[in-house]
Amino acid sequence: MKKLLITITALSCVLYMNAQTPEQRGLEIAKAAEKADLGFNSSSVELKMTLKNKNGQTSERSLTTKTLELTEDGDKSLIVFNSPKDVKGTATLTFTHKIGSDDQWLYLPSIKRVKRISSNNKSGPFVGSEFAYEDLSSQEVEKYAYKFLEEKNGLLIVEQDPVDPKSGYTRRLVSYNKDKGYRIEKVEFYDRKNALLKTLTYSDYKLYKNKFWRAGVFNMINHQSNKETRLEFKDYNFDINLTSDDFSQVALKRAGN
Amino acid sequence: MNKQKPLYFFAFLLFIVQYSGYGQGKDKTLSQDFELELEAEYRYFPNKGQFQGQKDHFPSIAIQPEYNLAWNKGYESINITGFFRLDQDDNRTHWDIREFYYQKAKNNWELSVGLKKIFWGVTESNHLVDIINQTDVVESFDGEDKLGQPMIQYTLSTNYGNFDFFYLPYHRKRIFSGEKGRLRFPLVIDKDDINYESGAKEWRQDVAFRWSHFIGAFDIGLSHFYGTGREPLFSFDNAGGINAFYPVINQTGLDLQVTHDAFLWKFESIYRSSEVQDVFALVAGLEYTFSNIDGNGLDIGVLGEYLYDDRDNLALNALQNDIFFGSRIALNDTQDTSVLIGGITDLESNSKIFSIEASRRIGSSWKVELEGRFFSNIDTNEFILSNFKEDDFFRVSISKFF
Repeated sequence: MKKLLITITALSCVLYMNAQTPEQRGLEIAKAAEKADLGFNSSSVELKMTLKNKNGQTSERSLTTKTLELTEDGDKSLIVFNSPKDVKGTATLTFTHKIGSDDQWLYLPSIKRVKRISSNNKSGPFVGSEFAYEDLSSQEVEKYAYKFLEEKNGLLIVEQDPVDPKSGYTRRLVSYNKDKGYRIEKVEFYDRKNALLKTLTYSDYKLYKNKFWRAGVFNMINHQSNKETRLEFKDYNFDINLTSDDFSQVALKRAGN
Repeated sequence: MNKQKPLYFFAFLLFIVQYSGYGQGKDKTLSQDFELELEAEYRYFPNKGQFQGQKDHFPSIAIQPEYNLAWNKGYESINITGFFRLDQDDNRTHWDIREFYYQKAKNNWELSVGLKKIFWGVTESNHLVDIINQTDVVESFDGEDKLGQPMIQYTLSTNYGNFDFFYLPYHRKRIFSGEKGRLRFPLVIDKDDINYESGAKEWRQDVAFRWSHFIGAFDIGLSHFYGTGREPLFSFDNAGGINAFYPVINQTGLDLQVTHDAFLWKFESIYRSSEVQDVFALVAGLEYTFSNIDGNGLDIGVLGEYLYDDRDNLALNALQNDIFFGSRIALNDTQDTSVLIGGITDLESNSKIFSIEASRRIGSSWKVELEGRFFSNIDTNEFILSNFKEDDFFRVSISKFF
């Protein structure tokens, strides 16, 4: 009995010493994932987006995405459409902010117009796909509140609650792969009614520069509409050495021509 | 376009391209891209024309080839866009080189030489500050189609905003509807009947400058143009004849947009001065978008703008003291379906113009567009609009992209 008591006391001491709330652990994991990806500077990648409706009919888009890493504030990104041909050259420039709403511009090549647009519409679909704007924007640590749930088969499951009330989700369940630079393997999205809305799985991961994991395929399944969107990435270019001059309104117009 | 002199311009352009060091660059990978749009269009005017010779049915076809050649990691390129339309109205049958320019970008500057299209401004119902290109009036009613403008453009990006310098060596005249065409005046205006104030005619060497910047929620642009204006001035002599010419103008423009949540607050204003006329005009308004209303991507935007113009009856503008209201509906579906409906009403005379525009992609390489414009209650004293009062029309077009 005495022994047991001592054991229990010792055990609770150890537990107390290690006491970290699930919230702290969740934040720690998100920060570790961010840290593992630090230092890529800039990248460029071409991707194919395949939209599949519930009857299995598909349509395709092709895009080029350029990203500039910033540490004191969120990343900058430039997305250009190459197809379908009627929207070829349409491009967006986004300045992500860690706190507050992002700055976003749209370039319309037919009338050569650059338009500042509201970044308010986070939950809306990106070009008719199952990806919402918020799913594709730069994932800054500050944009969520965290809660570690469990460790399962080497995956750390963290619940993330969006800080922004305009988000289309109550929460996301994110699976981090601890042994592979905290890369994300899966995200489950719960809608405003807290019902499972979508599942995003990452596959065909490739390690670049011995440090940066990038998935070759993103597959998003909408459980409520039975629609699906698949993103297939070609090889990432991490040697492109882009600067902030490549992420300006002038560069946006140039990219769309 | 004058048939010979632009050839010199192209020769100069080719010279620059040769001289710019193509082949000397580090990256010799060339990327090129050719694209073609074929469009079949039908315009129908249900009311009989006010003036002799005007037709009701306008079948038409258009072709727009585009070629881009880029090298030096895309920092240098040649961009060419041609255009040709064949129409029932002889004057609407026209061709143009929309763009043909060489561009080089390096660090924080960019240089373009050749024919190019530039857009300035933020508002939807009228584009006041946008002055670099001549409007292709016969091509569309909304004035968003432009003729290629020869220029040298130099842009410098700094922490204090972008500075754009334009040298514009050649003026392009506006083309007006021909005898069979609609949306015209009682007299058919031949573009050669309109003269220039400047003795140098179309070869007056013009300049323009623009500073633009964004600070937080604010996007601001300040511009100045000095040269032959894009809008001709009309005056009537005592014998009833028309005297029309392109004046030399100084135009200062300001455009401002404040983007806050789902609100876009917009403002554009110009002050234009010339020997014969000074103009002050402004557009101020807002756009608010209710986004993803149904959880399926449906966006409904509402737009309202006030338009003011202090011109008397000399100019080609019908928007003196008017209100524009409209709605932009986007389904954000796979086919990019969108609809824009709107109306402009004159606060003094009650004249109104209503419009609807819709478009949708079909398959992956077709696009269909619908348009309708309706003139209602047009006051007989409206200098411009009274000529268009029987010109309600419907337009349907289908485009194939190669």
